[in-house]
Amino acid sequence: MNIVDQIGMEHMKKGLPQFKAGDTLRVHVRIIEGDKERVQVYQGVCIKRVNRGVGSSFTVRKISNGFGVERIFPLHSPALEKIEVLSVGRVRRAKLYYLRNLQGKAARIREKRIN
Amino acid sequence: MIKAIIGKKLGMTQVFSEDGKRIPVTVVEAGPCTVLQKKQEQTDGYNALQIGFGARKAHRTNKPEMGHCKAAGKGSFSFLREVQADNIDDYNVGDEITCDALFNAGDKIDVCGTSKGKGFQGVIKRWGFSGGRNTHGSKFHRAPGAIGASAWPAKVFKGKKMAGQMGNERKTIQNLEVVEVRPDQNILLIKGAIPGSRDSLVMIQKAVKAGK
Repeated sequence: MNIVDQIGMEHMKKGLPQFKAGDTLRVHVRIIEGDKERVQVYQGVCIKRVNRGVGSSFTVRKISNGFGVERIFPLHSPALEKIEVLSVGRVRRAKLYYLRNLQGKAARIREKRIN
Repeated sequence: MIKAIIGKKLGMTQVFSEDGKRIPVTVVEAGPCTVLQKKQEQTDGYNALQIGFGARKAHRTNKPEMGHCKAAGKGSFSFLREVQADNIDDYNVGDEITCDALFNAGDKIDVCGTSKGKGFQGVIKRWGFSGGRNTHGSKFHRAPGAIGASAWPAKVFKGKKMAGQMGNERKTIQNLEVVEVRPDQNILLIKGAIPGSRDSLVMIQKAVKAGK
């Protein structure tokens, strides 16, 4: 492995939960306001994962006050305190961009049954 | 103190700051450089240090070069460069200069290298001209347009932005920040991009216009 990848590896987290597009996540984000620090929880459906070593990220979409909100998180960011997988969705593609055009009941994702 | 050090660009990646921000970094192998020759005012007319970087196999080095590197006793080098120093008497032939002697995390630096060659390019790519519209009967697409007036000045001014060779020229990027120094690996992490392709040679010096 070359040194550039090694430096990236050092900043990667270990023990992250397994999740894919379609899963419902609860992301705990550390936010620094002035000199105070608090944890904000952001819950929604993961619609996209980008796998690029230390540059990996994932996008979480939720409906907030009737507006669709998408937030992109760097997977290995130290600001992410915790990622909880609430449910595993049954979807047939890797990027769920079609959810942007759907509303209400149509935008639901079927849950995968885990034995 | 020597003014600059030779390095090799290894590639780019990203690191995280403590508050979770992503920092794009260029990884540079900087040094160790060996002092090969001291150019002195009395003998050469100016003061400078000649430093070598990158080990080169003995059988690939010709005899005059081998002889030149002999006094330093560190084998021969792929790249030799002359660098100014505040006081060249601080250094002796054979001394090794490492990156941690010159730079610390948080320092501002200038990086000089040869940019990637783009070949012969038109004015849109080379100078950012807008070009014309492609449809509605337009016959003016990517051409430069008028290049000056007629009777006066009756010439095209020097330095007029025109098509030509783009890239593959010496470029300096000023005021880049050192994110991290790893003396054991001779590695510098520099915030942002620097000129050139991977494995290209760069010169790294303290920022000339550092400001506050």
